[in-house]
Amino acid sequence: MPHYLALTYTEDVDWTAPEQADALAEYRQFGEENRDTIRSAAVLHPTATATVVRVVGARGGDVATADGPYAETKEALTGYYVIDAADLDAAVKIAARIPAAWGGAVELRPVITWV
Amino acid sequence: MVDPVDRLAETVRTEGARILATLVRTAGSLPVAEDAVQDAIVSALREWPRSGIPSEPRAWLTVVARRKAIDALRREATRGAKERDSADLRNLATADLPSDAAVRDDQLRLIFTCCHPALATEAQMALALRTLCGLSTAQIAAVLLLTESAMAKRLTRTRQKIVAARIPYRIPAPAELPTRLTAVCGVIHALYTTGHAPITGAAVVDVDVCAEAIRLGRLVVELLPDEPQPAAVLALLLLTDARRRARADDAGDVVLLSDQDRSLWDRQQIVEGYALLDSSLRRSRGIADPYQLQAAIAAEHARSPSYAETDWREIVRLYDLMLGVAPSGAVELNRAVAVAEAAGADAGLAALTNIAPSPRWHAVRGELLARQGRYAEAVEATTAALTGELTAPERRYRQRRLADWAARA
Repeated sequence: MPHYLALTYTEDVDWTAPEQADALAEYRQFGEENRDTIRSAAVLHPTATATVVRVVGARGGDVATADGPYAETKEALTGYYVIDAADLDAAVKIAARIPAAWGGAVELRPVITWV
Repeated sequence: MVDPVDRLAETVRTEGARILATLVRTAGSLPVAEDAVQDAIVSALREWPRSGIPSEPRAWLTVVARRKAIDALRREATRGAKERDSADLRNLATADLPSDAAVRDDQLRLIFTCCHPALATEAQMALALRTLCGLSTAQIAAVLLLTESAMAKRLTRTRQKIVAARIPYRIPAPAELPTRLTAVCGVIHALYTTGHAPITGAAVVDVDVCAEAIRLGRLVVELLPDEPQPAAVLALLLLTDARRRARADDAGDVVLLSDQDRSLWDRQQIVEGYALLDSSLRRSRGIADPYQLQAAIAAEHARSPSYAETDWREIVRLYDLMLGVAPSGAVELNRAVAVAEAAGADAGLAALTNIAPSPRWHAVRGELLARQGRYAEAVEATTAALTGELTAPERRYRQRRLADWAARA
């Protein structure tokens, strides 16, 4: 079965904060209802905790780190699911049930299957 | 005697999409099927002049294209690029031609794939012109105002997305059909608009995109005769296209609706447009959709023997309904024009006050001011209109008006 990566873009919040409990419960419900199609998932700390890593020049060069997410966007990358779906229409159906799809957005990316 | 190359061109034009549609299903890949059909056409170019036109040109092309697809899939398999279900190859190897019902479904699948909402609108248009209308990349590039290499890149990227993201080759389920059909109708309408009103520059396109859009509209109506929306969009296209010969004079300059010679309007297209609109309205329940309303407006113009006798109150009413279902600046502007015709220039100018200015807004305002004899203001408004993007004939028309009013101001 092909896989799709569903990236959730939402407000850049701290999901461990008590005021996110209700929102988190919605995600938990989505997770339970779609247990059979979700391969893996993660919820991320806010972008304020992000670090960008680069190696200067070629492999083995100096490691340069910088504070912040790779790209500043209005809505932040706050989590992901890897889902099973037969085709894009099926993947869209599942993505449309992820709470991020309303109020935020879900980006679907087909995952390469290596033979 | 028919020239084999002419006959080939005609077969590709009339049957190309059907051959391709079936091949996409059996080969399981749009790029493979497209290449195979191209290869088959090249073979025909070599073979037909030598051995004569085959008795069944479509069957000939179908069989050869199938063989080419099998070769391509085998090559892919030996390269180990992709595991290929042997059922695909078996499917392709069957000799008999598909039934008409199967071809009908294949064509619908191809249409819904090309017009999938996960593709960008321009990509949908380009792909439709390529696969459904059989235009060359160079022709599509000219229509969509891009260079040929940029167009080729865009088409390749679109095909890659279809394959990688697995956009299904499928007729949507009944529950999804209305929204997916709206996307298909949107592509057909956008294609017609592209051919009908190029934004800038002279008319340089050698392809009749309007005719291609109508052909596509006819195909969808033929394939889904019970759906109201394709009938409405085809009605709109025909009722608009009926006026085409009257829209420009011999010099290629714009002739406004008010000045058009209505005897040049194509009565056959108008009659067909009425019938399609009627059947569309009969089949839909509830409020009219934007295509039905636009077609109804075009029908109202077609019905009237002259500009002066137009039922402008009815047209204002239809624009009001349009604003309810699909509000836009263009609709508001057209409504203001209709208001001016129904109730006078004062009312028209009043209707303009709440609309955001655009080149066309300034042009309409200029016309209405001139009608009130306020020529200096009309000149000012029309000058403002000329700073924006206009087609060359439209620009010439506005400049003539400007000169006329400047002399009176």
